[in-house]
Amino acid sequence: MVGLRFDLRDTPPEAPALRAELRAFLAEAGRHWSPRVRAYSWMAFDRDFSREVGKRGWIGMTWPAAYGGGERSFLERYVTLEEMLAVGAPVGAHWIGDRQSGPLILRLGTEEQRREFIPRIVSGELAFAIGLSEPDSGSDLASLRTRAEKVPGGYRLNGRKVWTTNAHRCDFAITLLRTSPAPDPKLKHQGLTQLLVDLRASGIEIRPILDLAGEEGFNEITFDNVFVPDSLLIGVEGKGWEQATSELAFERSGPERYLSSLPLLTAAMDSLHDEPAAPEAVGRMLARANTLRQMSLSVAGMLQDGEAPAREAALIKDVGNDFEQALPDRIRALYAGPMPDDVAEMQTTMNMVARSYSLRGGTREILRGIIARQLGLR
Amino acid sequence: MSEMRDILLEQVERLLADQSGPETLRQVEAGVWPAALWAEVEALGLPLAMASEEAGGVALGWDDAVAVWVALGRAGAPVPLAESMAAAAFAPAAGFLALAQPDGTAMWGRAAAQVLAGDGALHAAGFTPGKAQPSNEPWDRATLPGGEATLLAGALVNSAKMAGGLEAVLTLSVDYANVRKQFGKPIGQFQAVSQQLSQAAGEVAAAGVAVANAGRAVARRGLGGAEFEIGAAKVITGEATALVAAVAHQVHAAIGFTQDYHLHFTTRRLWAWRDAFGNERFWAQRIGRAALARGGANAWPDLAAREDG
Repeated sequence: MVGLRFDLRDTPPEAPALRAELRAFLAEAGRHWSPRVRAYSWMAFDRDFSREVGKRGWIGMTWPAAYGGGERSFLERYVTLEEMLAVGAPVGAHWIGDRQSGPLILRLGTEEQRREFIPRIVSGELAFAIGLSEPDSGSDLASLRTRAEKVPGGYRLNGRKVWTTNAHRCDFAITLLRTSPAPDPKLKHQGLTQLLVDLRASGIEIRPILDLAGEEGFNEITFDNVFVPDSLLIGVEGKGWEQATSELAFERSGPERYLSSLPLLTAAMDSLHDEPAAPEAVGRMLARANTLRQMSLSVAGMLQDGEAPAREAALIKDVGNDFEQALPDRIRALYAGPMPDDVAEMQTTMNMVARSYSLRGGTREILRGIIARQLGLR
Repeated sequence: MSEMRDILLEQVERLLADQSGPETLRQVEAGVWPAALWAEVEALGLPLAMASEEAGGVALGWDDAVAVWVALGRAGAPVPLAESMAAAAFAPAAGFLALAQPDGTAMWGRAAAQVLAGDGALHAAGFTPGKAQPSNEPWDRATLPGGEATLLAGALVNSAKMAGGLEAVLTLSVDYANVRKQFGKPIGQFQAVSQQLSQAAGEVAAAGVAVANAGRAVARRGLGGAEFEIGAAKVITGEATALVAAVAHQVHAAIGFTQDYHLHFTTRRLWAWRDAFGNERFWAQRIGRAALARGGANAWPDLAAREDG
């Protein structure tokens, strides 16, 4: 269809054994996760859990063994992610490092950076945040103004980042900064640079921001003359935009773009037997979940083959976000009376958290703009 | 994708490009059997393609057949080739084979050499002519043995045609948005228009994947083992039709609301096909009832296991 391809992929032959191992682990680890924790899932931060996941080789699964990685396939990693998300596991402490920071350091980092960071991401010891949005730069990200000024031996940072998920709990943030002014407002994508920022460095102030559901999920970070050594430059100075956007296919196509609310569906099913509208509604939701899963697997397969299906990823995220965002209301609509307590706790929390689904990682409007360009519009 | 699929697809696409278009579809709606086109598809051996070699076919798999049906749907399915291929997969025989719904109705029943009925067997039957709504395609009724033997195959055939029809409607709409100018520029440059088309593109892509996935499931596990995937494909193509047709008509505005312009041939067919062999509600209830009976704890493991070896 109009230049977008979604060839079907098979799950890997290792899948059944891997799932059995994951389910046994998750059943034990998840005994005390509250419905509220499950509702947050990949934004819920639990370092102890991430260390246990790391111990079992489920972080950095596709990375080279030389840095502690598992050298397994993308599709095995995919199976691992979907099993975690399907039960709403609190994977937030290692999610960003595994999905984005680790791959970026492996691809563009120096040998020293790889040796320094990758093994500690794999073990679940290091948690990463992503410093992109600023108070005046959201969807128009390239207009960002937080500066990294070149000084002897490194950079000096001044400015503010905002909505940085879990930054107050993380160790490092891969941060996009302006190292030289844009030569022209139309060339604002130039002069941006990615730096690895130690979130405990002097001059950094992190202020948690309460989200609407009452969690300290995201933050405002203020940089006041923060020094970052040259050794923490990622890739090439001035190429930050190209580097940051090249990760988007990874960021946008994963199972977290449609599975965020699945735990609510499965939790609700056993109390819906007497609700007459339930079979149809559950059938529609499962039909869509299965279809989105095949689309997401298709992109995972393309990533496995070394392709960069950024537009397919934007489309999946858009369709997936619509599904996962609508799900809490669709579940609520099936109950004539009150929901059981555990379903109610998850539903009310998730209904609030779901507002973020079509914002985080590229808003619905930005994604549809990308799809429109692919269609040949604009 | 098999080599066989590539060859057949190329043949079918070339044939449809040369010999089908709005005039053919108009003739079909007037009840004129597309004899020339049918003769061509028979000459290519397509109706029997899914039959075994001993029975005169090439043992074309369901996954490959689905790709051919999507191509047919893109052109508005001017001949009932998909139905005949599916019927021949059960019971190979010469000539056009109609595929009856459990209620004894069938597309182009009046022109059929035989009809595959709900009991899974071929019958010679006298059909009373009728019309599908709102496509006006010949949709005829006969008294036939009941049963659900054709239900899954018919749902897959119609989902596949819909996936193709949805693609065609999107392509028409994008092309129109790029040429129709208002306020000094193509309307596709207005976000209010382009964002609708992007959303429609998402539904079209989902429909294509749901249908391909159902074809693969049948190829692996047979029709009975693919009820979930076939039902899901019918649900998703039906849901996509609601949105994509609405967007297409909104983008085309008044011209799309006329018989002069050809958008309606495909949108009316989509609205008819979504009702054939079980609508979205019918299939969603089947899937949902089965899943509720299995319980919440099994819902994810069941879904995940479907493609695990």
